[in-house]
Amino acid sequence: MSQKILLTAKEVNIILHRLACQLIEKHLDFSFTVLIGLQPRGKFLAQRIRHILETEYHVKNIQLGFLDITFFRDDFRRGDKPLEANKTQIDFLVENKKVVFIDDVLYTGRSINAALTAIQSFGRPSEVELLTLIDRRFSRHLPIQPDYRGRQVDAINGEKVKVCWQENEGEDAVFLIMN
Amino acid sequence: MKELSVNHLLGIKYLVKEDIDLIFETADYFKEVINRPIKKVPSLRDITIANIFFENSTRTKLSFELAQKRLSADVISFSAAQSSVKKGETLIDTVNNILSMKVDMVVMRHANPGAAYFLSQNVNASIINAGDGAHEHPTQALLDSFSIKEKLGEVKGKKVVIVGDILHSRVALSNIYALQMQGAEVKVCGPKTLLPKYIESLGVQVEPNLREALEWCDVANMLRVQNERMDVNYFPSTREYAQQYGVDKTLLDSLNKEIVIMHPGPINRGVEITSDVADSKQSVILDQVENGVAIRMAVIYLLASKIKQ
Repeated sequence: MSQKILLTAKEVNIILHRLACQLIEKHLDFSFTVLIGLQPRGKFLAQRIRHILETEYHVKNIQLGFLDITFFRDDFRRGDKPLEANKTQIDFLVENKKVVFIDDVLYTGRSINAALTAIQSFGRPSEVELLTLIDRRFSRHLPIQPDYRGRQVDAINGEKVKVCWQENEGEDAVFLIMN
Repeated sequence: MKELSVNHLLGIKYLVKEDIDLIFETADYFKEVINRPIKKVPSLRDITIANIFFENSTRTKLSFELAQKRLSADVISFSAAQSSVKKGETLIDTVNNILSMKVDMVVMRHANPGAAYFLSQNVNASIINAGDGAHEHPTQALLDSFSIKEKLGEVKGKKVVIVGDILHSRVALSNIYALQMQGAEVKVCGPKTLLPKYIESLGVQVEPNLREALEWCDVANMLRVQNERMDVNYFPSTREYAQQYGVDKTLLDSLNKEIVIMHPGPINRGVEITSDVADSKQSVILDQVENGVAIRMAVIYLLASKIKQ
């Protein structure tokens, strides 16, 4: 198993800033917008984006929540591994708000499909958008595309894209892990 | 460990500590789910569960049904009183008939100890014991420990006294197993006639005096006198039982610390506890009921995830 670096820490930083700017362009002061990081790995990206928006672009009072989709997945009882849930924390209403799902890698699109169903348990958003750091372009199983994409990657099925965060793994980086 | 070590929930004695931790972790997530605007998750939409109750129940039956519906499972409920059991149909026949209708899981309450175990050996479904005679009631013990954990932070090292009709209580036995597995200290308190002869062999001390027991403990789990299981008189009168082993506000307030009061329900107000104790801020009785749904959701979800497609 070998790995190749796709994005260095510097490149990740630039991309995050660009994504933050794209969000501001669309959502202005975020008064009608909420950010939802998808557990478990979208959480770090979402926190990072919020941090950039608040400290570098002075957007105040951004509402950020975390959504765990384990109980909405379509592969319950179909896999070999048992599913591990994480915490959902959404302390605000999503009714009539624009929701931006934030996840690190968009692969088959099934997680986002589950998230679209899961968010309905919290209310009816006025709009839902998707922000991903990595878009595995030709790997989709469902008609789902990101509205904001960091980097498009063409990876074959046996390969895995791993996103590392400084808070977790010690440095920001994106790796392609090949079999 | 992310899976249960068992395929059925027949009793606490078949579980390991990691199972209990996993159930509690999962129940935490489900507790958040049942506090959302839409309290449903679709996970079990392809599972059918039969609730087969041969004994009366309010809490347990409704709690299981609600847990199953919140998981989007299809639920059928069967109560023996209105069934062909009255015409002499056997347990295995009853259950196999139900299973022929493609039911994946059975939740059963039965008057005979070992009924759930017997079923698990003879039918092809996942079995949850909702109470088998005076033997075990595992989901009750789990929600009791979960409630203690919620109120006091953890169960390990806590002192729990179980008060009342221990002899006929499945709640007591399951609680003893569960609490000890999590490192709590357990004592029992009640009239000598209602304490099993060899209870101490379970590693549980007997404290015959209620006041001493309450001064010692952090948590008091008050049990109902199980009149329906009594073939003889175990004490002179209900009044005398209440005087010796019932808790009222005066007694509660006179203790040297604030203890947590629990009761599995149904409460005989004025017998094992008075209304002002049941409704006091030290009582977690209604939290137990709320936690019951989350715990049962966790147990059903974890057992269902072992039923392969």
